Amino acid sequence: MLPEPTLNTYLALSAVLFSIGTAGVFLRRNLITILLSVEVMLNAVNLTFVAVDRFLGTVDGQIIAFFVITVAAAEAAVGLAILIALYRHRETLSPDAFTTLKW
Amino acid sequence: MNMADFSSIAPILMVSLAACATMLAEAFRKQDDRAAGVWFGVFGLIGLAGAIVTSIFSHWNHSMLGFGVISIDNFTVFFNVMLCAIGILTILLSIGNAERDHLPSGEYYTLMLFAIAGMMMMASTTDLLVIFIALEVMSLGVYVMTAIKRSSAEGVEAGFKYFVLGAFSSAFFLYGIAMAHAVSGTTKLDEIGMRIASSSLDPSILLILSMVLLIVGFAFKVGAVPFHMWVPDAYQGAPTLVTGFMSTGVKVAAMAAFVRVFLSAFEPLRIEWIPILSVIAALTMILGTVVGVAQTSVKRMLAYSSVAHAGYLLVGLVAASTAGKAAILFYLVAYSVTNLGAFGVLAALTSGDRPHDDVRDFAGMWKERPGLSALLTVFLLSLGGFPPMVGFIGKWYIFNAAIQEGMYTLAILGVLTSVVSVFFYLRVVVMMYMSDETAPEHRPAVSAVTTAGLLLALIAVIYLGVLPGGLLSIAADSVASIF
Repeated sequence: MLPEPTLNTYLALSAVLFSIGTAGVFLRRNLITILLSVEVMLNAVNLTFVAVDRFLGTVDGQIIAFFVITVAAAEAAVGLAILIALYRHRETLSPDAFTTLKW
Repeated sequence: MNMADFSSIAPILMVSLAACATMLAEAFRKQDDRAAGVWFGVFGLIGLAGAIVTSIFSHWNHSMLGFGVISIDNFTVFFNVMLCAIGILTILLSIGNAERDHLPSGEYYTLMLFAIAGMMMMASTTDLLVIFIALEVMSLGVYVMTAIKRSSAEGVEAGFKYFVLGAFSSAFFLYGIAMAHAVSGTTKLDEIGMRIASSSLDPSILLILSMVLLIVGFAFKVGAVPFHMWVPDAYQGAPTLVTGFMSTGVKVAAMAAFVRVFLSAFEPLRIEWIPILSVIAALTMILGTVVGVAQTSVKRMLAYSSVAHAGYLLVGLVAASTAGKAAILFYLVAYSVTNLGAFGVLAALTSGDRPHDDVRDFAGMWKERPGLSALLTVFLLSLGGFPPMVGFIGKWYIFNAAIQEGMYTLAILGVLTSVVSVFFYLRVVVMMYMSDETAPEHRPAVSAVTTAGLLLALIAVIYLGVLPGGLLSIAADSVASIF
């Protein structure tokens, strides 16, 4: 029998998800997967908002989650558009190929 | 919802309306209409001028709260006027040059105006969630502006790098907001402040995490070490006009929100954030200066210089006594006019698709373009902190505030890095005036509007450098209204 999930369980879960997203941005070698990792991070944050809300018995956090989803969608649109423009120049999605600019 | 609510966002609405007007005009214009770019610029100038007039005449000394989240106080007015002035200068420098550089002018002006509206909202709001949304409105515009020249591989690459790191950092920022929400059940700064104040002796781990994550998010946006990786790439790859705009506007807006959040809601946690920000400020000044010395690309050199300037601003934030807070605002004005001027000269020198960017391209420029060489010299010396330019006064106030607060290490580091930074500013000046060879470069003619923009920046740099008192007392009034 699993113990009843508490607020801390949800906070820990979202922290784990956030870390997975962060690690993905650094470790993945494909630009689209990197974008997906950022989305994982944003959704981890959403989980925190909603879990805290349920604990406090309010709705603010759930409304905030909708704002975050909207922002994430706008961000994905811009990101993919730039990605397509980039692909037309390089024909690859590996971040190692983008070395025109460096110190 | 009543008239006061709408009155509070009137400046933001004007800029947004100007943006909508340019967007519609772009959609309906004739393909071969060459004068369209000028009209887009004029729409923008009208909207921004209207926003400045509204801010000064109906909002100064007239505080109110709109929609519960937009706070009109003198601090807001100061930043609204500064951000609109940055927009006006950028548009003056862009009219004519944007078409010459083959930037799609409709999109360029629309995105710039929307980004300015986001920046203004970011500087005026007292709710963390609205800060996040304003930050995204600003950033999404600037990401696209960085990559706006789709034929340029460098521009698109710079845009993508900026986008990935920016989205990454805003996720951290949002997580910080979520932590603050978890502790206090709200995202309003005043209520979070009360919650923090009641537990400041024994802050919970969530509060400390929230503070650290918010610092990460802001440090990314102002370009502070170790979150500065995007700055050189984005600044170098973006079209020069865009670089001038984002190096000033984004930094000003992010700094405004940074100051508001950390000197109001998170003020009780000063003991916790002063060491963190001191280390970041010191590293930022050192790295920006040292790596800047090694650059041969002038845009990249200015990018590292703007990293170093972020360090000076953070010194002001750490040493935020009453004088220190006003010093931050003064420094932001000084940095903005100077940097816009410097990038404006660089943009005026870019000919067609060939960037005028390497230090060697400036060899012997004095003979061919004495006016532009003199302007660039003034702007670079001001960035380096030479009297009687405004850059000197700005640094003076910041270091003075640091010494008053007993932060001698930071003040000494600041002075030392300023001295070292003079080396790379002077290298360009020496190249222009004292090199025997002349770069075989064709440099394009400079239009009257661009000249007007550059002269405005020059007047501001000299005037504020010689008579800084007026602006400083306005800055002090602005700060006094909220902290």
